[in-house]
Amino acid sequence: MSLIMNEQSKVETVSDVSRARDAQDYVRIVDVVKKFDETVAVNRVSLSVRQGELFALLGSSGCGKSTLLRMLAGLETITSGQILIDGEDLAALPPYKRPVNMMFQSYALFPHMSVEGNVAYGLKQEGVPKTELKERVASALDLVQMTRYAKRKPHQLSGGQQQRVALARSLVKRPKVLLLDEPMSALDKQIRQRTQIELVSILDKVGVTCIMVTHDQEEAMTMASRIAVMSEGNIVQVGTPQEVYEHPNSRFSAEFIGSTNLFSGVVVEDEPDHVYIETPDMPTRLYVSHGITGPLGMAVTVSVRPERIALSRKAPSDSQYNTARGVIANVAYMGGYTLYHVRLDSGKVVMANVSSLALDDIDAPGWDEEVWVRWSASAGVVLTK
Amino acid sequence: MIRPNRTLQGLSLGLGFAFLYIPILSLIVYSFNDSQLVTVWTHFSTRWYAALLQDDELIAAAWLSLRVALLTAFASVIIGTWAGFVLARLGRFKGFTLYTAMINAPLVIPEVIQGISLLLLFVELEKFFGWPAGRGVFTIWIGHVMLCISYVAIIVQSRVRELNPSLEEAALDLGATPLKVFFTVTLPLISQALMAGWLLSFTLSIDDLVLSAFLSGPGSTTLPLVVFSRVRLGLNPEMNALATLFIAIVTIGVIAVNQVMLASQRRRLAVAT
Amino acid sequence: MSTPIESPVAAARTPRPRAAWLARLRPSGRTLVIAGPYTWLLLFFFVPFLLVVKISFADMELGIPPYTELVTIDQGVVHVALQLSHYAFLLTDSLYFATYISSLQVAAVTTLLCLLIGYPMAYYIARSNESARNLLMMAVMLPFWTSFVIRVYAWIGILKNNGLLNNFLMSIGLIHTPIELYRTNIAVYIGMVYSYLPFLVMPLYAHLVKMDLRLLEAASDLGAKPWKVFTTITLPLSKNGVIAGCLLVFIPAVGEYVIPELLGGANTLMIGRVMWNEFFDNADWPMASAVACAMVVLLLVPMALFQHFQAKQLEEGRK
Repeated sequence: MSLIMNEQSKVETVSDVSRARDAQDYVRIVDVVKKFDETVAVNRVSLSVRQGELFALLGSSGCGKSTLLRMLAGLETITSGQILIDGEDLAALPPYKRPVNMMFQSYALFPHMSVEGNVAYGLKQEGVPKTELKERVASALDLVQMTRYAKRKPHQLSGGQQQRVALARSLVKRPKVLLLDEPMSALDKQIRQRTQIELVSILDKVGVTCIMVTHDQEEAMTMASRIAVMSEGNIVQVGTPQEVYEHPNSRFSAEFIGSTNLFSGVVVEDEPDHVYIETPDMPTRLYVSHGITGPLGMAVTVSVRPERIALSRKAPSDSQYNTARGVIANVAYMGGYTLYHVRLDSGKVVMANVSSLALDDIDAPGWDEEVWVRWSASAGVVLTK
Repeated sequence: MIRPNRTLQGLSLGLGFAFLYIPILSLIVYSFNDSQLVTVWTHFSTRWYAALLQDDELIAAAWLSLRVALLTAFASVIIGTWAGFVLARLGRFKGFTLYTAMINAPLVIPEVIQGISLLLLFVELEKFFGWPAGRGVFTIWIGHVMLCISYVAIIVQSRVRELNPSLEEAALDLGATPLKVFFTVTLPLISQALMAGWLLSFTLSIDDLVLSAFLSGPGSTTLPLVVFSRVRLGLNPEMNALATLFIAIVTIGVIAVNQVMLASQRRRLAVAT
Repeated sequence: MSTPIESPVAAARTPRPRAAWLARLRPSGRTLVIAGPYTWLLLFFFVPFLLVVKISFADMELGIPPYTELVTIDQGVVHVALQLSHYAFLLTDSLYFATYISSLQVAAVTTLLCLLIGYPMAYYIARSNESARNLLMMAVMLPFWTSFVIRVYAWIGILKNNGLLNNFLMSIGLIHTPIELYRTNIAVYIGMVYSYLPFLVMPLYAHLVKMDLRLLEAASDLGAKPWKVFTTITLPLSKNGVIAGCLLVFIPAVGEYVIPELLGGANTLMIGRVMWNEFFDNADWPMASAVACAMVVLLLVPMALFQHFQAKQLEEGRK
């Protein structure tokens, strides 16, 4: 899995700090609950989105992310809680009065209007005078590079082109917040990556605050500066892609983003700077180089990412912890790396991503061959939930 | 793709269409028969068509039916579209069951019942308010509209539900009030259904007999009423001529509408250069 | 944006006082939109029904209108006179009873015949290729769009003693004396089936054309012969279309007037005809109203069924 990291925001100067503090809470979602009859779709969600950032709501279908997005747009009513944008409570505002615009999953381009007509629609509703309208429509089309298609009708455009028109249509109104509903789901896989980068660069250029919803964790990691992982109407974890990936706070987060190996065990030694865990899956103890808060004997899970596991043909010299012997159960050659499934003596199957570079050193093992797996002290993350 | 049995297909369709069209063909053929006894062929003649042109009662009735049909079609489309939109987009409101019952009933209820009920309404209204004064074009018009609303509502409702709701939501999101959304987005997209509803209402109105019988008054006799009173007595060659004209007009109309629809479809699918 | 916002929650919670009460007074836009057609329907559909019930309890009287008032005030006393004789007559008179039964019977047989002729037609049109389909459905609907009275009239010309059918049969020597068809029950059946056929074919076709043909392929792949595929897959799946079409034929057929009047004989008992005669020939509006009410009661169950199926269609469409 390749990670294309967003560049962190520019260095803040002293004068920026105070403005940044306000901008921290540009969008505030406060204890929002949504109930459909008796089913709770969104369960007391609270979030803050910084001005100008691209924030992703990530989760599988039914987790409540789309409902939350629609509440931001005003297309669903809020059962309880508040949504504030730039300090303004949106509760009283119907969708056509909110400073929010949405790019729909199906793009929802009006089939009976041309590209120009679609982009101009929102401005017409505002009563923008003709000359200004024409200018703004032209510059919006220019931004998404669709000027030559201005007179075409939606059905004459490809999926990618339709997406750009939908984007222009939303951006031309200069909303305070732009909502993206599964922006890439309607596109072919091949053009998805390129489109993700293009989209982020356009949004960066415009500087609009964005909240997007997706079930594709690669998409969230690629595009967003911060991610909220959602499950069953609750926020599980919020953080930058790096934070969420390297330091998941729960089994759910660890398993949802990327893949991981999970070891269940109990804490046998707990110091401020390290912790030892015993697990039936491993012949040695697990050693993690950070402390945790919790009593001895507490049941925990340790998550180790496949790319942190090293393979060797000989038993490692220091095999006191984080080491085990196993047999190759499956080999999947992925080009840049090879995914190995190793069955340990305990019966546990461990996934290891070995880069092609590292494989050259150990002369790539094949099926049923004996190998040793090991990982460093800092590779594991202890999860208490 | 498994194919249906060709012989059975040909047989059932052939017999079915023969059943449907033999009476129509017989009408046309005998309209050119010179004999007063319609079905006893003497020789070819167009005298009955000439007789039609002289038939003042028939022509007056035809004009009336045409006017009523046009009024009915426009009114039905407006009210029917409104009613159908409510059915499709406004969820289950209080009194929804009664509402759907009132829309579904005219589709099936025997017309004699509809006729007498509306007539009684107008009689009672006249008694209390002095209006409408007697039966005439207005009462016939209301009766026809009541019949047609249900059809238009059902057509519109099914078309609106096919629409991607995101389109209306997108319009709301872009700043259009719900009323604006209806007129700028919903209506243009269901225009074909409206057209179909208009044509259906027009046809139902111009063809209606029973409702018109209950709701017409002196001086407001519709074409079907005149035809009915004449054919009650038996065969009438002038009626064959009228029938043929009707069939000709409808056939041309259907072909024309079909061509227009095909042309607009082709235009919509054409890729611009 | 430059001033820090203190407790934005509290600030936003209190709306401007003027707007609040005004919003309370105005009915929501949604209510207005529903009220429009609802009121129209109540006024021109529901109220007239109540009137029919009311008049069925009145007495026949010469004058305009030709019925008595139910509630009269005479010297400060309110008199309510409900004439029950019409209903009593309906329930006891053997001719009325026979007429109702006969109407149900005619409607039922018509529905069955329409189904036997119409189902194969709808099925084979639905299974034709796309361009043929549209053309064929147009051909089915074309007679429907030409005048109803005229089409029934056409059958007079065919079924009369010296009509098309008898002339043809005699000319080929199959019979020597004309078969009495005009002004008989058989003519009524023919006319009814002819007129009501499109009402069955249309909804049935709409259902059949949406059927997933891959289901038939799957059944065939699993070893079912064509007839079995039809009876075990197609037929059950088209159940809703069949029922909808049958109800669309049966219910109005019970109260049909024109066809029995033009093609039927003196002994063709149909309740629509009886009601018409009471109204126009006898000028007995109360009696006609009673007949109409009884008809509605008779049709309540099938109408409720129809309503149920329309609602099901609505639900299916919502998904």
